Amino acid sequence: MTANSSSRRRLAASAALVVAALVGTAACGGGGKDETEGKGKAPGFNAAVGKIANASDKKGGTIKFIGTQDADSWDPQRGYYGFMWDFARYYTRQLITFKPAAGTESTELVADMATDTGKVSADKKTYTFTLKDGVAWEDGKPVTSKDIKYGIERIWAQDKISGGPIYLQQVLDPKKEYKGPYKDKSADKLGLKAIETPDDKTIVFKLPKPNGDFLQMLAMPAATPVRQDKDTAEKYGLKPFSNGPYKIDSYTPNKGMELSRNPNWKKGTDTVRKALPDKVSLKLITNADDMDNRLIEGDYDIDINATGISPAGRTKALRDHKGNVDNPQTGFIRYAVFPQTVKPMDNIHCRKAVIYGSDHKSLQTARGGPMAGGDIATNMLPPSIKGSDAKYDPYNVLKDTTGNVAKAKEELKACGKPNGFETTIAVRNNKPQEIATAESMQASLGKVGIKVQIDQYDGAQTSGIIGAPKNVDKKKYGIIIMGWGADFPSGQGFSQPLVDSRFILESGNNNFSMLKDKSIDGLFDKALLETDPDKAAEFYKQINQKVSEHAVYLPFTFEKNVIWRSSRLTNVYTADSYNGRYDYASLGVK
Amino acid sequence: MRRPGDPPPDPRAVAGPTVVLAYLIRRLTAVVVMLLVVTLVTFGIFYVIPKLTGSDPAAMFIGKQADPGAVEGVREKLGLGDPILVQFWNFISGIFVGRDYTGGGSSFHCDAPCFGYSFRTEQEIWPVLTERLPVTLSLAAGACVLWVIVGVTTGIISALKRGTAIDRTAMTIALAGVSLPIYFTALLSLAIFRTQLGWFDAEYVDIAQDPLGWFSGLVLPWVTLAFLYAAMYARLTRATMLEVLGEDYIRTARAKGLSEPVVVGKHALRSTMTPILTILGMDLGALVGGAILTETAFSLPGLGQAAVKAIGDFDLPLILGVTLIAAAAVVLANLVVDILYSVIDPRVRLS
Repeated sequence: MTANSSSRRRLAASAALVVAALVGTAACGGGGKDETEGKGKAPGFNAAVGKIANASDKKGGTIKFIGTQDADSWDPQRGYYGFMWDFARYYTRQLITFKPAAGTESTELVADMATDTGKVSADKKTYTFTLKDGVAWEDGKPVTSKDIKYGIERIWAQDKISGGPIYLQQVLDPKKEYKGPYKDKSADKLGLKAIETPDDKTIVFKLPKPNGDFLQMLAMPAATPVRQDKDTAEKYGLKPFSNGPYKIDSYTPNKGMELSRNPNWKKGTDTVRKALPDKVSLKLITNADDMDNRLIEGDYDIDINATGISPAGRTKALRDHKGNVDNPQTGFIRYAVFPQTVKPMDNIHCRKAVIYGSDHKSLQTARGGPMAGGDIATNMLPPSIKGSDAKYDPYNVLKDTTGNVAKAKEELKACGKPNGFETTIAVRNNKPQEIATAESMQASLGKVGIKVQIDQYDGAQTSGIIGAPKNVDKKKYGIIIMGWGADFPSGQGFSQPLVDSRFILESGNNNFSMLKDKSIDGLFDKALLETDPDKAAEFYKQINQKVSEHAVYLPFTFEKNVIWRSSRLTNVYTADSYNGRYDYASLGVK
Repeated sequence: MRRPGDPPPDPRAVAGPTVVLAYLIRRLTAVVVMLLVVTLVTFGIFYVIPKLTGSDPAAMFIGKQADPGAVEGVREKLGLGDPILVQFWNFISGIFVGRDYTGGGSSFHCDAPCFGYSFRTEQEIWPVLTERLPVTLSLAAGACVLWVIVGVTTGIISALKRGTAIDRTAMTIALAGVSLPIYFTALLSLAIFRTQLGWFDAEYVDIAQDPLGWFSGLVLPWVTLAFLYAAMYARLTRATMLEVLGEDYIRTARAKGLSEPVVVGKHALRSTMTPILTILGMDLGALVGGAILTETAFSLPGLGQAAVKAIGDFDLPLILGVTLIAAAAVVLANLVVDILYSVIDPRVRLS
């Protein structure tokens, strides 16, 4: 036995030595390349946040995107991933679009194919646009108002064109009386009544009731024209027909895409897209660490998904190549929410006890720290949305970063539970950072006597588990952990699904707190009547304060991301309009 | 009647052409039945169990934006409203004669062999599989050659030099190979050879396009994958060889005065190869279904990578397709192995 086990020990020791030697070789070889090596000096940390890094108008070259996640669809009416909306500007144009500018300025809307941002009638129910001359498809034929109408009509055909945002349908035809172009009996398939095309250059939208964010919805790729003779219905996403500066030469799902210049795109008609590179390529792989390495090595320029460098790559990038790294806001808030239908969360003092009793610093760390996680959030409106005020801090979380035990105990007394209470946190089982935040709350709330159980549910089934209020009540989820980002940068886009009582749904609900406050609903109605974003912002500011006063949310972080740009990229800036991603349509290469 | 001194009948002579043909037919029938069973079970898992647990397969295809119209559209196109046996029949017949998918006001034809249709990527499954199969085959074949040569040779040498430093070193490395998971050795080899030394190409290219690039892109995956298998094969070969070398007939062979190379190469090796071949058949078959970890780590666009993506995206038809390819590969590889048995070991008859 002794001889046997000693030989085993020797074996194990030798094996360990071999491994150690191998690891050593890998580690010793480290250090990496100097950031100034090869393809030019990197402009510096955060050089592309709020300003333009490497401004240049030099044309030519190939910009190389890499990613680990393909788009849900490249069909403009079907894509819903944020990076797809950003990338889609290479091959699609809309009537209006986001301003090509850094930071918050990017959320302003500017004319794209239209001559201006539209003429709105006095009752704010009619929007009229005129198309610029010379806007053409990739085969040279002009883009007409009918093409735009047809493209938008495709949203109605959810049985074929599923997955994309349906805001335009909800606003233009809330009862969904139109059945979509594929079931349209009219000869030209343009039966949707809410859109009129008096001539090829004019398009008129008629809304049954005003919506101040209608232009935001028109700026989405879902409002892209599609030409009827090029429409391949559900297969359109495999090769969309371009009216942008690039056309798609090849695309294989989950493998990659190649784009080259669209010879019929005229710079004179497009004040938004710089169209600097001759080619745009996208490579899709599966290993995120390998992707980060290839970016750092300079084999690729940019991660199309822009969900942040993975922890290993992040350490290396920040240590050796900080000048290639940006740390923008994503416009997301990570938060905990308290369903008021679950006792004792029906009592505002018990909810406040949870807010005061939580350790905000620890929650930030659980999210990844100040850089990869974001800033400690003070309220429920992210800084990229008009009406937000990061200084509005009703629960003093920036002062009491580790929580306020004394206040928490006071609130517990007021709630009639001086010794604390028991409740359950619901958290997605496939989001390690969310689980970490749940554990953080469990630990800090334990100190004030609130005993918390963590229930990790199947993250793929969100809409049926936490999105079903009946199920939330049954499971007694007093705390739900989630994250939220706006589809379009306005208070309506961010807050309405979360806090408007009319958005409470039996399944797929997002108003988890079951907040029913008539004054909040009324403020949304007022904001929607406002076509001036600055005036609407006043209402969203009030809504945000009211939501804070209800104490139904505990925001963790205004999320930030650590993203990579290669040294050879030019015209780089992060855009709030695309969740802190770089504005892809402006990029060039040295 | 056989007289003493007559040569023993050659067992292979007994298995005449008709016997071999009958055997092949029997086995091939079994293969078909087996594949049908695998299809039925996989089909059941994907299309029946969700129904029992209350999830809607149609909603799973659509994802988070489960608009009722979208779900209904998929249900209609996929025929999810039909009885399960009808769905199964449609799937099976589609493989041989193709099928039509109708819904949302239009229909399109999926050519035979139609292995289903992905509602995630809007592609027919069969072309996706055939496009990715060469990558997986390249990986499996190259790695297999490497590990058989290295593994079996190391095993034999270790067995013959039992107890020496060579044996111990070889078996220590083999232990490391068996113990270290692919995702570790893959990342390590990537870090050393590609990132630090910059030796091999990072991308897979088609062999017809650029044979040298194909080779360069596959060296690391081959070596990594072969390291694991070679280690297992070395240990297996060594153990079997040692057992065989202790057999009576080896002693007899030696007593007859046969030279050591003949004893080992002709007599011992043949018996040793039988279990190796059995395992090889299964391993190779399973690899053709996709070396999931290796393909993911090295970003090789093969079947394994497709399977991982498909699982993440709930792309059930694609998972079903990969499963069927894997099952077919394992079953066929086993058939080939069984036939090969009779060639390397005369004691085995095709019966």
